[in-house]
Amino acid sequence: MKNTPIVEMKNIHKSFFHVEVLKGVDFSLYPGEIHALMGENGAGKSTLMKILTGIHKSDEGEIDYKGEKVTYTSPKDAEKDGIAVIHQELNIIPYLSVAENMFLGKELKHGPFGLLKNKEMNKKSQEYLNRLGITIDSIKPAGELSVGQQQMIEIARAIAADTEVLIMDEPTAALTDREIDTLFKVMNQLRKDGVAIIYISHRMEEIFKICDRITVLRDGQSIGTKETLTTDFEEIVKMMVGRELGERFPKRTSTIGENRFVVDNLSHEGIFENITFNVRKGEILGVAGLMGAGRTEIMETIFGARKKSGGRISLDGKELTIRKPHHAIKAGIGFITEDRKDEGLILGLSVRENLVIPNLKTFSKTGIVKEKKEKQWTEEMILKLRIKTSGPEQEVKSLSGGNQQKVVFGKWLGIEPKLLILDEPTRGVDVGAKKEIYSIMNELTERGFSIIMVSSELPEILGMSDRVMVIHEGKVTAIIDREDANQEKIMEAATGGVRT
Amino acid sequence: MNKISKGLGSVQKLGPVLGLVLITIILAIMSPNFLTVDNILNVLRQVSINAIIAFGMTFVILTGGIDLSVGSILALGSALTAGMLASGMDPILAVLIGLLAGAIMGLINGVIITKGKVAPFIATLATMTIFRGLTLVYTDGRPITGLSDSISFQMIGKGYFFGIPFPVVTMLIAYFILFFILRKTTFGRGVYAIGGNEEASLLSGLKVDRLKMGVYSITGLLSALAGITLTSRLNSAQPTAGVSYELDAIAAVVLGGTSLSGGRGWIFGTLIGALIIGVLNNGLNLLNVSSFYQQVVKGGVILLAVLLDRKKAA
Repeated sequence: MKNTPIVEMKNIHKSFFHVEVLKGVDFSLYPGEIHALMGENGAGKSTLMKILTGIHKSDEGEIDYKGEKVTYTSPKDAEKDGIAVIHQELNIIPYLSVAENMFLGKELKHGPFGLLKNKEMNKKSQEYLNRLGITIDSIKPAGELSVGQQQMIEIARAIAADTEVLIMDEPTAALTDREIDTLFKVMNQLRKDGVAIIYISHRMEEIFKICDRITVLRDGQSIGTKETLTTDFEEIVKMMVGRELGERFPKRTSTIGENRFVVDNLSHEGIFENITFNVRKGEILGVAGLMGAGRTEIMETIFGARKKSGGRISLDGKELTIRKPHHAIKAGIGFITEDRKDEGLILGLSVRENLVIPNLKTFSKTGIVKEKKEKQWTEEMILKLRIKTSGPEQEVKSLSGGNQQKVVFGKWLGIEPKLLILDEPTRGVDVGAKKEIYSIMNELTERGFSIIMVSSELPEILGMSDRVMVIHEGKVTAIIDREDANQEKIMEAATGGVRT
Repeated sequence: MNKISKGLGSVQKLGPVLGLVLITIILAIMSPNFLTVDNILNVLRQVSINAIIAFGMTFVILTGGIDLSVGSILALGSALTAGMLASGMDPILAVLIGLLAGAIMGLINGVIITKGKVAPFIATLATMTIFRGLTLVYTDGRPITGLSDSISFQMIGKGYFFGIPFPVVTMLIAYFILFFILRKTTFGRGVYAIGGNEEASLLSGLKVDRLKMGVYSITGLLSALAGITLTSRLNSAQPTAGVSYELDAIAAVVLGGTSLSGGRGWIFGTLIGALIIGVLNNGLNLLNVSSFYQQVVKGGVILLAVLLDRKKAA
């Protein structure tokens, strides 16, 4: 690490509509370091990065880049200077080739009419990919690649543009474990080459694995910067939430009742086969597996969002015929999808309207909505789930990730489901809100709900499940009791190693 | 922040109303004949046909769809009703069957779109042509005249109700019923939900297909209603009636501030949008502006309205 910072942000202030979002943040970044930026949702991380890349303008404060004061007015400006962002949502055009994507907007051209130098671009992009140690054919359509590979293209694109500062926003959210390993290798290579990386993530384990330093923001203020080697998990969490959070997972005392939900030989040709398991009353069944193992597909099939090709499902001893989601809901099954923005919420509608959707029947008589009853119930839910909102009429679009997720939970609590399926229930949710969601899960099982929880975060699986089912390539490879479950056993089964 | 955005929202909602007031004031100053009771009733009567269709279009557009076949449904509904009347059927029964035929045509659109998974633009483009073709087949390309002289049928297009033209009464009744459906029923809630996020609506247990079929059926029924009103007014059914009416209806919806991508909008805006178009037509006529220029002005106003809306949203 060199002694002069490449980026230095000093006393950054920013307000939106008279609400101060950043209250004098300092942040410095050195060449050749991976610097984690942490904080709960709404702490100001994204706003700070948007100011650095010229999307927003700071009200006060100064940014020095390579020792000189800069003010960018657009991300393009910043990019020209060598500051690039890898967004959570990738900017890949699926029908264009890898090379075409990499050179998008900065194509190499012949002469005044701008004929494309396709061969050269293909060759060059291959070189960059090779330099990062990635084996992807540069003439392949980008849409045929996995998410992890697409992300590599974005990184290669940034490197091709002589990027010196790389901002990565939740880069591992959609990656498989193996892809994360590759990503970290590439990041290490970049670090050696002197690139400075700002790494935004909620995943503690990864941050401690890859980052050199951690800066924590809270309520728009910089709380401090720590060397990863000299700090620990507890300290960082305490900095983030401003108090001792205590145990990461709330204490779980489960009282498990009789058998409730049985899946027998459920199959969908080519995706999963012969899935057999059961869930008991008051139980949380964790479902582990690698990305792409078929876990989400199994849950979608149970819920009627996909067709099954065989198998039976029964609840409380009664066989269910589920062809559409509304059949499942009627039977008492709720489903919290992994993608809350695309599948869970209607962002343009209010908290109230979102909360009552699966439950409109209860809040209406002969098709006419009883708005008063809706409002009352919504206000109860807001209190009960501690949803931070200005009121039932606020658009869910403007809530933070954790609070949006609570709205999704509330939606399903309304139907009093016997079985609740959760697919990645805490993805993109900060530590504080995570713990609240775990507490809600505990409350539900205490009231006799059964829960299936699909998760890619092993600590969460181990911390919350009464039993763990592991899926590998569309098959159940293990069902492990809480006492016997550990990381090694799950990973072995998830990679197809062992059958118990 | 929320209060402010709410405030902005209501300003945005006022936009179409302010536009209508502004245009009215300008026309009132330029033409002394404009702001008379007779002329206003005249404008309202002219507006009613487009408004009735545009109300249905609002539902369709709110779900994120579009219906290009409304003009053809209007024509076929009109021709069928006229045919029944000409053959001496009881007028009330003929009207009811005509409305039912419109609803069925709309339902066909809905089935093609949901069960056939065809994009609404394509599906209704096809049925627009089919329904128009069927109208020409049924009428043999000639107007149907010699309809019933029953007073009740004549009333629909030409009558007055306490001094208000009957088509205007029809429009207002349709408005209040549809407003109620959209705002107060689970069906209306579903319309907004589907337009906001179809996938999430489906996964929340909404019967998306059935809702959409309902929406297109309503639009079909309203188009036939407009057709029957027109038939009564002209005392004949024209095989080319309603050509390009879909564009006026879409224009009214958009002028009213409903988003073409679905999920956001309101039926009051559509009423105002239809009035803006009607007032412009009428005013420009009174000012003796050539009908060629009228089109230019109309297009310009639509463009301006959308651009202003963009500005505010940004």
